[in-house]
Amino acid sequence: MSKNEGKRLDTQAMPAKRFNKQLLIPLAALAALALFNLIVDPSFFKISIGENSAGDPVLSGYLITILDYGSELAILAIGMTLVTAASGGQDISVGAGIAIAGSVILRVVCGSEGSTEMQAPLIVAFLIACVVSMLFGAFNGTLVAYFKIQPMVATLILFTAGRSIAAWINNNELPTVADPSFAYFGGFFPGVPIPSPFFIAVACMIIIALVLKFTNLGLYTQAVGINGSSSRLNGINPEFIKFLSFVILGLCVAVAGFIKVSRLSTINYSVIAKDIEMDAILAVALGGNALSGGKFNMTASILGAYVIQFLTTTLYKMDVQSSALSAYKAIVVIALVVLSTPVVRSYISKFIKMIKPKKQEEVV
Amino acid sequence: MFAAMTNNEKTRAPKLTDRFRNLNDTGMLLTITIIVFFAMYIFAILFLGEGFRTPQTFFNLLNTNGALLITSCGLCVVMIAGGIDISVGGVVALVSMSCAVYLDYHDGSVLGSIGIAVGIGLAFGLVQGFLVAYLDIQPFIVTLAGMFFARGMITIVHDAPFNVAHEGFQTLKNTRVEIPGVGSVNKLGVFVNSYVEIGVVVAVLIVVILFFVLRWSKLGRSLYAVGGNRQSALMLGINVKRTVFLSHVICGLLAGIGGFVYFLHVGSGSASHAMGMEMNAIASAIIGGTMLTGGVGSIVGTLFGVLSLAVIQNIVSSAGLDQAWWTGITIAAMLCLFLVIQSIVMARKKKMMKK
Repeated sequence: MSKNEGKRLDTQAMPAKRFNKQLLIPLAALAALALFNLIVDPSFFKISIGENSAGDPVLSGYLITILDYGSELAILAIGMTLVTAASGGQDISVGAGIAIAGSVILRVVCGSEGSTEMQAPLIVAFLIACVVSMLFGAFNGTLVAYFKIQPMVATLILFTAGRSIAAWINNNELPTVADPSFAYFGGFFPGVPIPSPFFIAVACMIIIALVLKFTNLGLYTQAVGINGSSSRLNGINPEFIKFLSFVILGLCVAVAGFIKVSRLSTINYSVIAKDIEMDAILAVALGGNALSGGKFNMTASILGAYVIQFLTTTLYKMDVQSSALSAYKAIVVIALVVLSTPVVRSYISKFIKMIKPKKQEEVV
Repeated sequence: MFAAMTNNEKTRAPKLTDRFRNLNDTGMLLTITIIVFFAMYIFAILFLGEGFRTPQTFFNLLNTNGALLITSCGLCVVMIAGGIDISVGGVVALVSMSCAVYLDYHDGSVLGSIGIAVGIGLAFGLVQGFLVAYLDIQPFIVTLAGMFFARGMITIVHDAPFNVAHEGFQTLKNTRVEIPGVGSVNKLGVFVNSYVEIGVVVAVLIVVILFFVLRWSKLGRSLYAVGGNRQSALMLGINVKRTVFLSHVICGLLAGIGGFVYFLHVGSGSASHAMGMEMNAIASAIIGGTMLTGGVGSIVGTLFGVLSLAVIQNIVSSAGLDQAWWTGITIAAMLCLFLVIQSIVMARKKKMMKK
């Protein structure tokens, strides 16, 4: 409780300043990373036109990789931001949820026989996966909103069981789709040199932007996150808003899962989207959104997601093993969170007053 | 006072249920857990037969879950103080890998490896405790980062799984403590004493120590007070920050010791060790009646929580549902069930407060 109050006071004290600052955080992180890469190896920014296996011209390069692989993360960040804002906690079952969604898609597409031909149209498989993911989101949402369980603990249930359920859906087999059209959504549409996940991510961003602009979702979510009881007094149903945010995250998970399986045309239950929950939370945190709920800035979160992917790609390029990545990211998370705590912030603002505009970079 | 009021209202109710109603939260959740454990064990004896009847089966539950018991106790302490620690699984795996590397590649001694285990655990506890208590960061975020950090560090320490061949370690690993008077007749007709591993002895010692600490020490009392209500604990003159800090230190330390016990049981280092252990530990603590909201819980309950979890796993595997995913699903289902029970208990408590 005391933590939230601290944060709230903080937001009240300097709302305008904070809002402007919020985009600055991911942008500064992005600039720092870009600068680092520029110094270490400028070829990081090279974009060339190559040919993929189908013989179509495609763009390649580290920047394209970031745009490509950052898509799932950006989509997840949309849902995670809403969940964080409404419930003041995070959903840690998104990785497991992606495994489930992917498994459902493959189950529908490949049928029960596990044949490599498409048994059902892709759109049907996708829609079924959406419904299943939203059901799992609703499960999480029910536990959080109506049973009042801490979000992270409630989602811990699916975090453990999720990959098992995903394996169970396909009887622990690893179906493979041979049809090339299945791989379009995670790779390239013929004739389009830009990776298609990027388009899917952009579509999701446009949808959420429209939703936030033309509905009260954003306002209600923030109201519930800032103070559930007073939002109830204002006629909002806080339980339903929390529940809804988890369902929306479920939808985002389904889209991300669809991209993930389309990339490989198959699935590996224990490896698919591993540690992505960490990245998604990190994206929200990097976007400058308070992890204890309340105000949020969607653009900053999405930008944060791409910054995380930038970081991941940079680490990969420096020959860091994929399983060791999490150690470095954990340090980044802790550093970010420590910097954003009220205690440290007050120290920093004192520090800034001492030496005026010079240290602006370090705060960020 | 509230208890007395409900007592007057329900004078007509049967005596047993009346007593059940008047139990405090700790007592009630503990009773549920113990009943569930015995019900499951009796069910297993009745329907799954043979194996469950020998005492050794029971002690094997302890042998395989000694490390889990220790880490669950740590989690119980943290959760009573109102926090949570999900880094324990990662710490356990990191400890076993570090000890394995130290023993086999650096020709270390067993005593040294125990030092490493305790050191790693303490380091995690101290850092996480500091961040949570003094910088006021959500424990979940801190320990989630801790978990990913530990998991990542394992590969940095050593990337391939391997078995430890160190001699002194093997002797310690194979030491069995026989329990006099308890045992069963084997196929040759000879009476064999049941045994437990060294790790279980450590675990039982820790359970006993923690039981006394939580019950009767100043620290134990303040842990409950802080978890129950931070504001009033502060007004009572309890050093809230230090208590929260200490709870994380204890949990980290126990994760370190649990890591060594785990290492003693499996005798190898691998990045995939103790996967999902944090979940099992949290599940056991919750099943054992520890409330996520803090202030409620007991070590005895945690012990039964671990045993219940172990029995369920045994039942699942002996019922022929051998596939690995069933264990995950059953534990999750059980956790879900107990979380809902807790939430109902909380609702009931609120109602009583209103009356």
